[in-house]
Amino acid sequence: MAAISTPAAPGTFRYQLASFWKDFSASRGALVGMIFIACVMIVALLAPWMAPHDPAMQDRSALLVPPVWHAEGSWRYILGTDAVGRDILSRLIFGARYSLSISAMVVLISMAGGIFLGLLAGYFRGWVETVITRVMDVVLAFPSLLLALGLVAILSPGLTSAMIAIAVVQLPYFVRLTRASVIGEKNREYVIASRLAGAGHLRLMFNTLLPNCMAPLIVQATLSFSTAILDIAALGFLGMGVQPPTPEWGAMLANAREFMGSAYWAVTFPGLIILLTVLMINLMGDGLRDALDPKMKRS
Amino acid sequence: MLKFVLVKLAQLVPTFIGVTIVAFAFIRLLPGDPILLMAGERGLTPERYAKLQAEYGFDRPLIVQYWDFLKGLLHGDLGNSLVTHSSVVNEFFSRFPATLELSIFALAFAVIIGLPAGVIAAIRRGRTLDHTIVGISLTGYSMPIFWWGLLLIMFFSGTLGWTPVSGRISFMYFIQPVTGFMTIDTLLAGNWDAFLSALHHLILPAIVLGTIPLAVIARQTRSSMLEVLGEDYVRTARAKGLSNFRVIMVHALRNALISVVTVIGLQVGLLLAGAILTETIFSWPGIGKWMIDAISRRDYPSVQGGLVLIAFLVMIVNLLVDVAYGVINPRIRH
Repeated sequence: MAAISTPAAPGTFRYQLASFWKDFSASRGALVGMIFIACVMIVALLAPWMAPHDPAMQDRSALLVPPVWHAEGSWRYILGTDAVGRDILSRLIFGARYSLSISAMVVLISMAGGIFLGLLAGYFRGWVETVITRVMDVVLAFPSLLLALGLVAILSPGLTSAMIAIAVVQLPYFVRLTRASVIGEKNREYVIASRLAGAGHLRLMFNTLLPNCMAPLIVQATLSFSTAILDIAALGFLGMGVQPPTPEWGAMLANAREFMGSAYWAVTFPGLIILLTVLMINLMGDGLRDALDPKMKRS
Repeated sequence: MLKFVLVKLAQLVPTFIGVTIVAFAFIRLLPGDPILLMAGERGLTPERYAKLQAEYGFDRPLIVQYWDFLKGLLHGDLGNSLVTHSSVVNEFFSRFPATLELSIFALAFAVIIGLPAGVIAAIRRGRTLDHTIVGISLTGYSMPIFWWGLLLIMFFSGTLGWTPVSGRISFMYFIQPVTGFMTIDTLLAGNWDAFLSALHHLILPAIVLGTIPLAVIARQTRSSMLEVLGEDYVRTARAKGLSNFRVIMVHALRNALISVVTVIGLQVGLLLAGAILTETIFSWPGIGKWMIDAISRRDYPSVQGGLVLIAFLVMIVNLLVDVAYGVINPRIRH
């Protein structure tokens, strides 16, 4: 059987990829979003080489210097400096590392956990399903930010706690989605055929069912990624996330808040970059949904 | 219909027990000893410490403490705040109207703008107006609202000086609380200037809190309108020669509203989460700010009680949404 399917496999995969790309690139917004996110990722990776200054360096002779287009601005600090004389552009560039990597970890953790629990619930049904769905209902009963705040308070504020807290808050969405798709697929012919051929529980769950449930999960992952960026920034803003002097976007906003009357740039740019990043990821998510999920056609 | 409601209610019971367990465990896991925190810098003798522990019941087995907590909850007693020493239930409900008032104005803002925007986008599908509305709502949907709040303060309060920066009403006025809603209480007191001051204080926070719901409502209205506009009964209505306005407002919108109502209901949980950020930015004296303060002060009973009450509210609202959905869409009941 392997001998028959091997030559055809790359062709089908390439065909699938091509048809995915055709649908995805049909949306201009999705393309723009993807290019923007790719650029932010490259900037984050190359931060030490791209940033004009050390993000922690405090220039005492240049406190709250305005951006370059102001009369008092200079090319030395293109987007100006904050209250202790740190270069805002460099801090934003380094901040991209924190926002993107923490959010990526959040998505990985909650997706892996959610897929596992969702597969168990959808595959075994019965009491396993009841317990898992009830626990997820409890998580959903609390406003997400409040629960995350509480978890961070328990784990003591910091990068790891913020990551875990937001992953927990995102978990139910992955569980519900996986469970629903598994239930939908479970009684299809190919699954029954596989079971009759002698496949065990693990093989049925992970090899047979999971690949066929991935499309909505990938869409959810992009949504979670943008939500995670917002939540990390919100926690940082409330002083419960990444701690200063780490150049995290939300924490930068919190620090700049006192000076918003005199130094709009210290408040404007960190927020603008959060908004743009989240917006572009959401644009990309819309495109992915149209391309991957024919049921959720563009409306 | 009654059976549908009862089944939904029964399903809530295990979730509610789960919520109480989480709220109870939550607080026991927080680092820091509440008694030492209360004592502050002065410190405590070991005897006094033991006495206080016994007084607050922290020395008993956890399961007993949980049982007492549950018993108290069923009697509407959630203990006293460690900081103010007054009842947690009173503390919560004295601040709740502030959050509720803010949320109602935010939701009203979201619906009044979001609904027509969604309808217009659907009617003008593919035109510039549609793209503009879709673009703006996606931006709103992606908005970090804490930043949005700061921007609005910088522009409207700072540059233009139109709106106040924080609080619910100007210090010039003292209004006896009757309903807890500042806008209603000022009117009851017959103080027109105070009413205007209260409205002034509400505008920016309501816009900030309403931005994401607005975007969600506009997107949902647009997509369900598009779906409904393709239905046979809309074509029939047009074929009957009804005016375009009547077809859209009566035949299409009424059916499109079914899914929009659900989405509006689901915003309530989001509003409470958003209230935490909005109230922090505008120093709005509601439950969001109260919870943040309670968490940072390790005020055990307040955090515990607040979590239970908030989760309970979210669950009740979700139940009402489910029931409302059952009423307007009978198919779902079976």
